[in-house]
Amino acid sequence: MAGEGGRLMHPSPVDAAETLATVPSRYSTPGLKLTPFYDITHYNNFYEFGVQKGDPAANAWRLKTRPWSVKIEGEVKKEQTFDIDTLLKLRPMEQRVYRFRCVEAWSMVIPWAGYSLSELINECQPKPSAKYVQFISLADSKDELLPWNAGISWPYKEGLRMDEAMHPLTLLAFGLYGQPLPNQDGAPVRIVVPWKYGFKSAKSIVKIRFVKHQPETTWNDMAPGEYGFYSNVNPNRDHPRWSQKTERVIGAPIWKQLQPTLMFNGYGDQVASLYKGMNLIRDY
Amino acid sequence: MRQRGIVGLKVFAHAACLAPVAWLLWRLYLSATTDPIALGPDPTHTVTFFTGRGTLRLLVITLAITPVRKLIPKLGWLARFRRMLGLYAFFYACLHLMTYVWLYAGFSWAAMVDDISQRRFITAGLAAWLMLLPLALTSTSWSIRKMGGKNWNRLHKLAYAAAIAGVIHYWWGVKTGVRTPLTITIVLGIVLAARPLVAMKKRRSAIGVQRTVKT
Repeated sequence: MAGEGGRLMHPSPVDAAETLATVPSRYSTPGLKLTPFYDITHYNNFYEFGVQKGDPAANAWRLKTRPWSVKIEGEVKKEQTFDIDTLLKLRPMEQRVYRFRCVEAWSMVIPWAGYSLSELINECQPKPSAKYVQFISLADSKDELLPWNAGISWPYKEGLRMDEAMHPLTLLAFGLYGQPLPNQDGAPVRIVVPWKYGFKSAKSIVKIRFVKHQPETTWNDMAPGEYGFYSNVNPNRDHPRWSQKTERVIGAPIWKQLQPTLMFNGYGDQVASLYKGMNLIRDY
Repeated sequence: MRQRGIVGLKVFAHAACLAPVAWLLWRLYLSATTDPIALGPDPTHTVTFFTGRGTLRLLVITLAITPVRKLIPKLGWLARFRRMLGLYAFFYACLHLMTYVWLYAGFSWAAMVDDISQRRFITAGLAAWLMLLPLALTSTSWSIRKMGGKNWNRLHKLAYAAAIAGVIHYWWGVKTGVRTPLTITIVLGIVLAARPLVAMKKRRSAIGVQRTVKT
């Protein structure tokens, strides 16, 4: 159950020795109440460390985030590997406050630190034949539990269409609350796509592949009727087992948790044009 | 067991059934005052699973009483706890239903109709509650007399169907990969299998008695 155990460790952003200096960003969402740091770090879906919400906070200490590198493969002029410290210095770190909506109908507001994924993609020089991008997460039984009962064939894979990946809102994130990402939140580097359900935002990335066709993505492959490739937040397209019209705000008092879900998680003005002419009920 | 022992055990059983609710109310109070995460980061989810699991556990314990009594005749007095535990199961089921009506549907009829018609796990859960309702309503000794033991017994077989529907509701409600309903499913399976086994044993020993009489 959520909230059971895991309260021995009580990290707060103030205690953290390491900080990640950020500059303000015009892509940040103003006027939102931030989810407390404790909740962001103790209510996680990160199946590599167990399927329960409290498991990642309890088990992610196993993850070694140095040395770390991200391999760039596929339809690019030249395949290359970026060291994490190179990536950290590639562009100024921006603070981006984004809504985060999980497909399980709960939501948070998280102050990420990172820069647009497009900045890295431009460095990678993809060929015109690159139509999609696939993200591969770490799958290492030395560092992770990789539980069999999750039903996932590791590694975890996610993907975006090229125009989605190039959208300035799509973030390559390295931190939150002005400090490096806690392991359970996908350290040392992850993707954040704020208008899509959370599982699209792959954690602890080790490989980025540029491909010609729609790539394999973990949840879509496992249960295509429940999790679409696009998985844009859409209150009008219910999950077969529960409604997506409302969401539970994590960290809010119980009587204030329920709130309506917004189309594209509130980012419709910026991203709706990407899907012009598409039937978002069918192509969910 | 003597009457005094029964009374003492009943007091204990009431306390055991009410303590979790008291704990929940206490955490609710804390979360509203000094400790915002007293019910975890997702209090709605915590309360939902807490009340739902409570219902299933009590229901399975209630259903286990009859086979245990039959297997161990010395524990015959357990029958006097069946109604009480069954009613507590219904009480938890009502709390669970209220959690849904308030925290998920926000008291919206439209949302509830939508859920019941489209989501099988909600349909299964509601069916389980609807099966428990007549059992709770006819739980008085007056009802047993009025209905006659045979009819009353037949009606109260619904408790099995309710438990099965409840476990199905649990499986359908959790996401892929989560195996938390497994324990309660196994225990319910044992309880369900125990009844025909006990009946078989009884038949066999009855035959045994006949044979002894013959020789």
